[in-house]
Amino acid sequence: MQRIGVFVCHCGTNIAGTVDVKAVAEALGREPSVVYSTDYTYMCSESGQNLIKDTIVSKKLTGVVICSCSPRMHEATFRKAAASVGLNPYMVEIANIREQCSWIHKDKAEATEKAIILGRAAIAKVQLNTPLTAGESPVVKRALVIGGGIAGIQTALDVAEAGFEVDIVEKKATIGGKMTQIDKTFPTLDCAACILTPKMVDCAQNEKIKIYSYSEIESVTGFVGNFTVKIRKKARFVDETKCTGCGLCTEKCPVKKVPNEFNLGMDNRRAIYIPFAQAVPKVATIDANYCNMLKNGKCGVCSKVCTAGAIDYKQTDTIVEEKYGAIVAATGFNPIDVSQYGEYAYNQSKDVITSLEFERLTNAAGPTSGTLLRPSDGKHPHTIVFVQCVGSRCTPEKGKSYCSKICCMYTAKHAMLTREKYPDTDVYVFYIDVRTPGKNFDEFYRRAVEDYGVHYIKGAVGKVSPRADGTLDVQASDLIMGEQLHINADLVVLAAAIEPDKSARPLATMLTASMDTNDFFTEAHPKLRPVESPTAGVFLSGMCQGPKDIPETVSQASACAAKVIGLLAKDKLSCNPCVAHSNENMCNGCSQCANVCPYGAITYEEKEFRMPDRTTRIRRVASVNPAVCQGCGACTVTCPSGAMDLYGFSNRQIMSEVDAICK
Amino acid sequence: MQTELKKRALELLGDGTVDRVIGWQTGEFSYDMTPAVFTSAEDVEKNFVYNDFCGANVSKYLIKECVKGGRILAFLKPCDTFSFNQLLAEHRVSREHVYIVGVACDGMADVQKMKAAGIDGIVGLTAENDTYRIETIYGDAEMKKSDALAERCLTCKSRRHAVHDELIGEEGEDRPDSGRFDMVAELEAMTAEERYNFWRGELSRCIRCNACRNVCPACTCENCVFDNAASGIAQKAAADTFEENMFHVIRAFHVAGRCTDCGECSRVCPAHIPLHLLNRKFIKDINELYGPYQAGADAGAKSPLTSYTFDDAEPSIVRERGRE
Repeated sequence: MQRIGVFVCHCGTNIAGTVDVKAVAEALGREPSVVYSTDYTYMCSESGQNLIKDTIVSKKLTGVVICSCSPRMHEATFRKAAASVGLNPYMVEIANIREQCSWIHKDKAEATEKAIILGRAAIAKVQLNTPLTAGESPVVKRALVIGGGIAGIQTALDVAEAGFEVDIVEKKATIGGKMTQIDKTFPTLDCAACILTPKMVDCAQNEKIKIYSYSEIESVTGFVGNFTVKIRKKARFVDETKCTGCGLCTEKCPVKKVPNEFNLGMDNRRAIYIPFAQAVPKVATIDANYCNMLKNGKCGVCSKVCTAGAIDYKQTDTIVEEKYGAIVAATGFNPIDVSQYGEYAYNQSKDVITSLEFERLTNAAGPTSGTLLRPSDGKHPHTIVFVQCVGSRCTPEKGKSYCSKICCMYTAKHAMLTREKYPDTDVYVFYIDVRTPGKNFDEFYRRAVEDYGVHYIKGAVGKVSPRADGTLDVQASDLIMGEQLHINADLVVLAAAIEPDKSARPLATMLTASMDTNDFFTEAHPKLRPVESPTAGVFLSGMCQGPKDIPETVSQASACAAKVIGLLAKDKLSCNPCVAHSNENMCNGCSQCANVCPYGAITYEEKEFRMPDRTTRIRRVASVNPAVCQGCGACTVTCPSGAMDLYGFSNRQIMSEVDAICK
Repeated sequence: MQTELKKRALELLGDGTVDRVIGWQTGEFSYDMTPAVFTSAEDVEKNFVYNDFCGANVSKYLIKECVKGGRILAFLKPCDTFSFNQLLAEHRVSREHVYIVGVACDGMADVQKMKAAGIDGIVGLTAENDTYRIETIYGDAEMKKSDALAERCLTCKSRRHAVHDELIGEEGEDRPDSGRFDMVAELEAMTAEERYNFWRGELSRCIRCNACRNVCPACTCENCVFDNAASGIAQKAAADTFEENMFHVIRAFHVAGRCTDCGECSRVCPAHIPLHLLNRKFIKDINELYGPYQAGADAGAKSPLTSYTFDDAEPSIVRERGRE
């Protein structure tokens, strides 16, 4: 028979405002095995914890039920308190009467009744609790960063700085990400490449960092401290160890008309290419979709000109298996496809471009060598219209409901730089709101308006129509002046909403990390644990968690690194003792549990058993490796005989909770 | 057929390929053919029978036989081989201990249909083309085969053996158009209340004899939940008749994804409850939600209920389908 103490928390008025805590304490005091029941304003406070500790000792409690907030908040607090006075921490159960009761009810009588029921269920469970002891598992002292943009680079550099090994897996041929395509960065207007490439070089030179470029994640198994990851190194048909990056092959390759993705298809590259001059690794890659040799076995020019003998047409994808203690998702973003908005005529006119394309048109390494020219005729544009919020802040049917956050600032930058370089150009910006919170941001925007004479017009662009003379008729409304405008523009720039990279969702599935409806990774806690995923050992860096600019991305990346370092600095992690175990007398050996186990924790062994009829028999039975089991319980519900059960959440405990609720 | 089977059994026993045979012998009545293990040539000569009353699936008996060592000859009809394969997938039988002779089958007789046609006192049965010649103590009777075949045979999924070492008779084919889900579709078309009343009516006849569980080749637990005091559903006085009926629903869940649709549950039910319809509902749902899957067709296949793919139906499907 247990001796159970019940402690009902007021949580100030958070609980006591809607739940009659005294009535709850009194009702639960009458439950079987309950020897003490009380209420207190803040159970989590030191005095609240002392009350629990003192009562455990004075009333010789064997079990504790705390009716309070979600176990995600204070379960660890209360379990530690119990352990400090010698009670096994797993004899403490939480009844969540805040998030699941007081916060969602208005009627006090109803909420009180429900709080009593929830408390009763917890008591029913504690009746069957047994002391559990947590084991330990070692930590693999290496981190994996998925995505080699500025977020991934910064996290990797910081983790390496602390002395831990880091691998970066980047699906493109070079690390650097979106920032490599940006010309200048707001609000300081320093050159993006000038501040990014040193970090890329740092990554390449750092002994602790290994870069898997042109590689993707194939599978992830394991758990915090012990992930096993398979990495697919896609065939680039060039031996990375031999290629010197001289670029001769990229000049001699006869296939010249391959759309250059680095310049967003606005110019061409060869079938063998190095994305850009500062690529890391500076290694050529053959595009199998265009290479004549790979397509029909005729050519071989690159192989002939390569003095290093690095070309290998027979290269195939290889799978590398590595172990990691921590995994960082830094999968980044993409601008949405704006061709879905027919009104902006993106598909009809070459002179309607996205902001990222505008970046390339102003960049020295871009298709126009940095001179702003119209894509259609290569002439200098004299009137430019920027359209804000293309697909951002929309209804869900039309686009993204969120603000993409970076567009106001980069559009101010584009407008300002255009006016600076080409003062004869008229620049219009159509906006819903101009959002400039951030250090020196509003000052920057005001400079664009006040010093550079950019025409900011509050209003929406309704239609862009290509005209016979090659210009664009921009039909818009000016909400402040209350007039309809027609602007004869040479160039229209769309500030496309950003969205998480498409690779993020399948990755989240592999990592068992959760995502929101927009496919951004969710944090363990939006305020207090913003760089951790709810899945232990999985961390979040950069845009994959939500829209942010470069300074924010870099700070988050470093914050993420701090969390990774905190994990890798530990030699051992204490395991969850709530793991599965098999009752060998009931196990059939049917393997269904092993089939569903996502962690590979279940194996089978042939064992000799003494049967009820006094014979002995060799039987095949399941056995669970407690260091690998994560206690998800999939096996317990799959087992047809009920031979699998979970410590701490046994079938009997759960059924008795249900019974207590239905009583 | 009986002559051929006997001959082959004697040969395989004689040349030492097997040391015993599982087949059928006459039970309490001459239409009640019962699985039996024969350990000698004399035994086979004297007691082995095979006719269209041998509907019983002998696969489940092989669990115990495999433990005994040696090698046993099993005569398996196509539907029995699916059960055998499923047991193989679940490591309940071992392939090396069983020599499988597949027996071609175009359906087994349902004695209840004969009795319903007024034919009593049955003592023998011979099949001639489309006609059953039935010997009774009151003289001979005849019945069209199609009128006397068991329902499970009329809607048979496949006359092809899923596994065998050799065959007697000509190998049949899959029968995807046998209409085995027609009755399930009819039940699905009912309102929830009609369906509830249908099952309450059918299940009200259950006497909890456990015959369905005991005969089921998917029910092979070392310790059945209904016999396990710790499970919370055994040895418990049912609160009402609904709780009593839940036995069949729990059983259907336990065999979901593993049931090969052999139809033994309905064959042995003394109350003639169409229990196979519960299992067929699961099979139909699995086919529709996860793509066609036949338990036991391939012993190495992954069961859709115990494997994950990115294309799996989302749980919200329950809400959509639950709409009346």
